[in-house]
Amino acid sequence: MTSISLLQPRFKQIKTLRAMAIGLAIGFAVPAFADNLPDVQRLIKQGQYPQALEKVDAYLSSRPKDAQGRFLKGLIYTEMNKPADAIGVFTKLSEDYPELPEPYNNLAVLYAQQKQYDKARTALEMAIRTHPSYAIAYENLGDVYAKLASQAYDKALQLDNSNSATQNKLALIRDLITTSGKGNVKPQPAVAAAAPVAAKPAAAPSATIVAATPGAAAAPVAPATKPVAVVAAAPVATPTPTPAAPTPVPAKDAAGNEEVVAALNGWADAWSRKDMRAYLGAYASSFKTPKGKSRKAWEQERAQRIAGKSGKISVSVDTPQITIDGNTATAEFRQHYKATGLSSSTTKTLVFVRTGSKWLIKEENTR
Amino acid sequence: MKFGRKLALLGLAVALAAGAAARLKDQPATQEASVKELSAIALARQTTDKAGADSPLPLVVSDSGPEEVLTRIFAEIEANRLSNALQLTEGLLHQHPNYRLANLIKGDLLLARKQPIDTFGALNNAPADKVADLRAEAIARLAAYREKPPADFVPRYLLQMPPDQRFAIVVDTKRSRLYVYENDLKNGGRPRFVADYYVTQGKLGAEKLVEGDKKTPVGVYHVTANLPRQKLADLYGNGAFPLNYPNEWDKRQGRSGSGIWLHGTPSNTFARPPRASDGCVVLTNQDLDVVAKNLQVGLTPVIISNSVEWLSLDDWARERSELNKSIDAWRVDWESRDTDRYLKHYSPRFKAGKQSLDEFAEQKKQVNAGKEWIKLKIDNLSVFRNPGKEEVVVVTFDQDYRSNNLNNQMKKRQYWLREGGQWKIIYEGSA
Repeated sequence: MTSISLLQPRFKQIKTLRAMAIGLAIGFAVPAFADNLPDVQRLIKQGQYPQALEKVDAYLSSRPKDAQGRFLKGLIYTEMNKPADAIGVFTKLSEDYPELPEPYNNLAVLYAQQKQYDKARTALEMAIRTHPSYAIAYENLGDVYAKLASQAYDKALQLDNSNSATQNKLALIRDLITTSGKGNVKPQPAVAAAAPVAAKPAAAPSATIVAATPGAAAAPVAPATKPVAVVAAAPVATPTPTPAAPTPVPAKDAAGNEEVVAALNGWADAWSRKDMRAYLGAYASSFKTPKGKSRKAWEQERAQRIAGKSGKISVSVDTPQITIDGNTATAEFRQHYKATGLSSSTTKTLVFVRTGSKWLIKEENTR
Repeated sequence: MKFGRKLALLGLAVALAAGAAARLKDQPATQEASVKELSAIALARQTTDKAGADSPLPLVVSDSGPEEVLTRIFAEIEANRLSNALQLTEGLLHQHPNYRLANLIKGDLLLARKQPIDTFGALNNAPADKVADLRAEAIARLAAYREKPPADFVPRYLLQMPPDQRFAIVVDTKRSRLYVYENDLKNGGRPRFVADYYVTQGKLGAEKLVEGDKKTPVGVYHVTANLPRQKLADLYGNGAFPLNYPNEWDKRQGRSGSGIWLHGTPSNTFARPPRASDGCVVLTNQDLDVVAKNLQVGLTPVIISNSVEWLSLDDWARERSELNKSIDAWRVDWESRDTDRYLKHYSPRFKAGKQSLDEFAEQKKQVNAGKEWIKLKIDNLSVFRNPGKEEVVVVTFDQDYRSNNLNNQMKKRQYWLREGGQWKIIYEGSA
């Protein structure tokens, strides 16, 4: 059926905060070292890890407590595939700065890579405990829960482990600063109020940030300069909007095809816009709801998953193959779906039925 | 009795609680909404948990079996306190790492944190038979936990236990439950409830008839041997106690088969589904170890019933005294050497081996003719009612027969059948 199960294998791209290059964080540092960390970051970006490590060690030699530097060092170890060292750095960092969620998150990523999901879970729960609105940690935690659930199911039902080997890759956090920003924060009103991120200083990063603990970067009081980063990083594929009204030229196949394609695109477009009226309107009253749900239950579920979803949704239709047989049309296509923390490409078949001048969806199948 | 209805309700509660982890049965109309809430609740709880929104639960798990913890887990699920439920489940798994049911619940509770779930065993494409097995186990265990045998009622079958028999085992196949009763000699040999345990029975249920029918027999048996773990395949777990199926009554009814044992559980699982064996009665290893201490080879009865009938102590005492009177009248009439009076205790359907009642009567008449006196002593009498529609009791005793020309001691077993309101012997032989 249509909805993308969160359990489907999904390969979350490592969420790189590209915006990091802007180098907001650098502002924290004492001027003398100001350009060391950007250098380190540049080297990381270029994949020159040994050099980056050298540089960050040099930086840390004079300020061993510096959280930013140590965080980068942990990242470098991670990139160099030295998980034990990376875990050591992030563990120590989380002990020294228990209020920072990022080290916990990255610890969890490393533990998850080693299939130590219980440890990953503990670390993520710590991250969330320090920052109840930390979206990446939530998503990662969701993945870890799913993984733990799957392990438990394997034991419960004596399933063959090999077929559940879809390894979710958790999102590593590349940046130490706990920021606000729509992408990174789960819209959770109750919590948001408590979270320090709520006050979003419109001003550019200013002196306020140079907090008492220079290295620690005063994490919770985050400047809002790079809020866009995380989500924006996910490529928002614009669905091909084909709002052209279906020209009522019946009979001819080609024209029929165009109508179906238009209906198809209209459906994807409504989904992307989270326009539930248009979206649900694309379905015929005879639509075969999945698992025999009631129409109402199904509509509620769709509304929850579409309108109720935070962040952007993008649904696009790729290479549709249309076959028309009388008043029934079958469209087979690749559906590219992107939303916060989830992207998928699936082969989908929609069966349309001509209803008056419209083609409405009668069946929806995902393969 | 009232037992039954509660059980059904409970079954429903379990199915619902375990399924949606939300109070579906209270709000059927808003089912969808409540399931959806689950994810929101689960999510919200993640943030508030550690802050102390949930009252912390002590992780104490008793050794008496998982029923109590399971009950608490499902209560937490019903109350939508999923974190508590998960904590308890993990405690249970800490104690029994390969407990499949607990693992399934854990999977559901974790998955519920990630997405709404709407069924017990919510994993996509979960093998339905295995999920159904675990659900059945959950229902059986929870029902048994709520439905302890009533204190002033006793199983009808345990009418008279001999003084050297310390315990009796009663199995209820419908409830997947094994009850241990003590022979309370201080109270006139009244059965006293000791403990009850979850058991597995045959794949195809109870009332075994023929070899290979994968059913558990129903009847009065006893353990005939004690096979230690070292002599057994892993399938039998910590030990095995063969039963004397088919007994005399089974054979007379034409029932066949063999190798019906009471035994433990293989090492790869804590428990087996309610219906999984080839006819054996299976306990978890920890339960078998406890029960084994109370089993006396050749003595401890194992009475297997479809559905245990419970009698009030008064009714039980009446039934017992009625039978004891019948047995004593038979003894006295034998001593009287009045063969006709003696033979009135035997059913027209009586058979001892190939001997019919007529042949038996003829023989008795001849024997009695040569007697000047007979003394008959009965010791270690046991009277166990056979479960089932027919009113049959199994009577076993040490018979000390003395007469002017013959003395004989033997262990005798009789099957008495109630015919026209009278208890009559339908089988007798040495035990």
